[in-house]
Amino acid sequence: MVTYQVQDVSKDMSFLEMLDLLNEDLTLKGEEPVAFDHDCREGICGMCGVVINGTAHGRGESPVPTTTCQLHMRSFEDGATIDVEPWRAGPFPVIKDLAVDRSAFDRIIQAGGFISANTGAAPEAHAAPVGKLQADRAFDAATCIGCGACVAACPNSSAMLFTAAKITHLAMLPQGQPERYSRIKTMIATHDAEGFGGCTNIGECAEVCPKQIPFDTISQLNRDLIKSLFKKDGK
Amino acid sequence: MTTTTTPAAPTTAKTASTDFFEVGAEIKDAKAPAGAIEQKWSKRKFEAKLVNPSNRRKMTVIIVGTGLAGGAAAASLGEAGYNVQNFCYQDSPRRAHSIAAQGGINAAKNYRNDNDSTFRLFYDTVKGGDYRSRETNVYRLAEVSSNIIDQCVAQGVPFAREYGGLLDNRSFGGVQVQRTFYARGQTGQQLLIGAYQALERQVAAGTVTMHTRHEMLEIIIVDGRARGIITRDMVTGEIESHFADVVVLATGGYGNVFFLSTNAMGCNVTANWRAHRKGAYFGNPCYTQIHPTCIPVHGETQSKLTLMSESLRNDGRIWVPKNAADCEKDPRQIAEEDRDYYLERIYPAFGNLVPRDIASRQAKNMCDEGRGVGPAVKEFDEDGNERFVRRGVYLDFTEAIGRLGKDGVAARYGNLFDMYAQITGEDPYATPMRIYPAVHYTMGGLWVDYDLSSNVPGLYVTGEANFSDHGANRLGASALMQGLADGYFVLPNTINDYLAGSSAFEKVDESHPAAVEALESVKERIDKLLAVNGTRTVDSFHKELGNIMWEYCGMYRTEAGLIKAIGLIRKLRESFWKDVKVSGVNEDFNQTLERAGRVVDFMELGELMCVDALHRRESCGGHFRAESQTEDGEALRHDDEYAYVAAWEYTGTAQAPILHKEPLEYEFIELKQRSYK
Repeated sequence: MVTYQVQDVSKDMSFLEMLDLLNEDLTLKGEEPVAFDHDCREGICGMCGVVINGTAHGRGESPVPTTTCQLHMRSFEDGATIDVEPWRAGPFPVIKDLAVDRSAFDRIIQAGGFISANTGAAPEAHAAPVGKLQADRAFDAATCIGCGACVAACPNSSAMLFTAAKITHLAMLPQGQPERYSRIKTMIATHDAEGFGGCTNIGECAEVCPKQIPFDTISQLNRDLIKSLFKKDGK
Repeated sequence: MTTTTTPAAPTTAKTASTDFFEVGAEIKDAKAPAGAIEQKWSKRKFEAKLVNPSNRRKMTVIIVGTGLAGGAAAASLGEAGYNVQNFCYQDSPRRAHSIAAQGGINAAKNYRNDNDSTFRLFYDTVKGGDYRSRETNVYRLAEVSSNIIDQCVAQGVPFAREYGGLLDNRSFGGVQVQRTFYARGQTGQQLLIGAYQALERQVAAGTVTMHTRHEMLEIIIVDGRARGIITRDMVTGEIESHFADVVVLATGGYGNVFFLSTNAMGCNVTANWRAHRKGAYFGNPCYTQIHPTCIPVHGETQSKLTLMSESLRNDGRIWVPKNAADCEKDPRQIAEEDRDYYLERIYPAFGNLVPRDIASRQAKNMCDEGRGVGPAVKEFDEDGNERFVRRGVYLDFTEAIGRLGKDGVAARYGNLFDMYAQITGEDPYATPMRIYPAVHYTMGGLWVDYDLSSNVPGLYVTGEANFSDHGANRLGASALMQGLADGYFVLPNTINDYLAGSSAFEKVDESHPAAVEALESVKERIDKLLAVNGTRTVDSFHKELGNIMWEYCGMYRTEAGLIKAIGLIRKLRESFWKDVKVSGVNEDFNQTLERAGRVVDFMELGELMCVDALHRRESCGGHFRAESQTEDGEALRHDDEYAYVAAWEYTGTAQAPILHKEPLEYEFIELKQRSYK
């Protein structure tokens, strides 16, 4: 644990701009800057994320959860001491300072988080209509940015919300049906093998999710998982 | 060829501008077949040499970048059976900046039965690009656009739908047909996740090997062919060589040369610039798109800018106070008669919906006149003196809220209003938003032929990284279309023509002199950066470069300003190598070192952009030369002199580059001056 003092923080600065300012100062003093992941800084790439005062991504005064990059310093009292930690979860080993390795998420997707449709093999886009409600539910689940806040917030380090978001996205669409009950088995197996814990319905994940992935996607996942147990080869 | 009646270009007052470059041989795209434009792509696909499916796994393709152009290509070539090595600097391919595109993707499906067609999309794109793009490439883009939508739907991309279950469309970017497919304000995200999932499927299948947190720092050229790349493992610092039969750069745009842009923080030109230094021509580097509806700069610590979809201009009215004295007032206290709705005043026919370049330039003009609003931010005038200028104009929804109700406005723009409130801490339903233009997209990029091959054999370039399809200005909802067209449908049908001959290529490995030289040059550059140990941070140099570019090579460019900028950049580069402080060591997760390397290349690129802008003594699209305007201050093209692609050949740092012109011949579309009055 290190405590740094940062001067000249304006209320309009983003949290990450405050870290930039700290790093400029550390560099000039000849000290090592603090490493942290970030990229788009508009809340969509999912690269940033630290635990701020005990909350994944930090909340400040925002009425809805945000990514760390969308948190602004006006959310903090002038002179406040802010606790910053990396995501803490066994399957997310720390690389350096605040940066962690989230490649386990990619491996869960590799295990079946896709629809097998080779380039060029697609039928006409209107061949399979999708009801608006299903399309909207698919979209809501598909907005997951893979930041890992759900895992960081979960006492079990479960990645169930992340996995359920993908399961729900693809399960709502006609194109996702052929692999629906096979993908869930392989994705859950990989989820467990990566060391993520089980879900005990605590709900912290959905509380911190910057894209507000609905908690009931996990119910969808559980329903599909049970159904899949009665299906041979996922059919 | 069509002749036009535009006035002749002003004669060069001084010879100064020509001192900065030399003119070399003309070039021509030799790959697009002759004949009717509708037949060219089919003909090319038929004529291209094929690779037997059983031989493909023996061929290695390096792809740098995992956005729409890179990720889609990696997935498609993996499916085809090639051995694909895919690289990205982020921790996952899903982070590529294509993800941030909001508005939508165009396709000539004509689902709205409103006279749309492949030819109309082609026509609109060429016109929107202000007649500075290559007809053959743009036609093909329009031709494959429908296949993109089919492919994405098959992958499970959740496009917006109507209650009947069919896809919804909207009109976008000032065109008169509804051909834009969208997924709320997150179209780029959904398309990228589609490509990412297809890519991860190939990783699982073993056809694609993914190298995340790897940055390409050099290209390996053997016997004139691109045969590999040098990368740095951003976690361990290890410098690695990777070899292949062909190299594809899908590394995005270079808007971060301006420091502040809507690009992600990591977006950079290094891969492209390293290829340029090794012989690849850079096409039209000065063509930059400046997007009018971004959230203004809040102060000196600003690290990036956020775009809000220009759909806001459909219902919002843009204004500034008539009197500079009112600029500090609460906008709600400024009477209607004291407001200047300047776009509606100057362009009564199009009003607030004028194209991006015009809306941007007029916002700048208003602020330059001293009628900007919001906080005054520090900048430097031409003599380097500090000054404070308000850089913002109002985007007002009062009238729309009156007409549609607050809920009606929220239904259309709710997510954008939330985003604005989040960033500024102001409630846009209660008080007008403030907006200002920001660098958004770069139309320029490495020069490619119809096959998307650069002039270096074995080096292909796709997506924003190439120069090919948008001319001097990109239409809304066309970037996603181009990235996916290149990645899914074009490259996988042209790269085989080159790979078919790869069995004759020399075997290369780490011991090859060209590979050793490339690896050593990277190590040397890193050592040099770490050894300076000066007194200024990397970001301070990057910001200074950005200021120079924005001031002199931004929305308003003059001969004197550009010449001055070149001098300033050269001085800055000198001072960088004497005074930069890069902390830490190479063998570590060292983000300062990453940024330092990128700034080195941005400084060289910045100079080339100024040279390109200087040589093009006309205004076209996003490039506005003050010397070339109509009597009422609008952009004036000179088709007689400048209807060509400027492809620049590198000759050395601060050495005059060589200009190769590729004449643009308009066989199917007649050239016209744009007018929005």
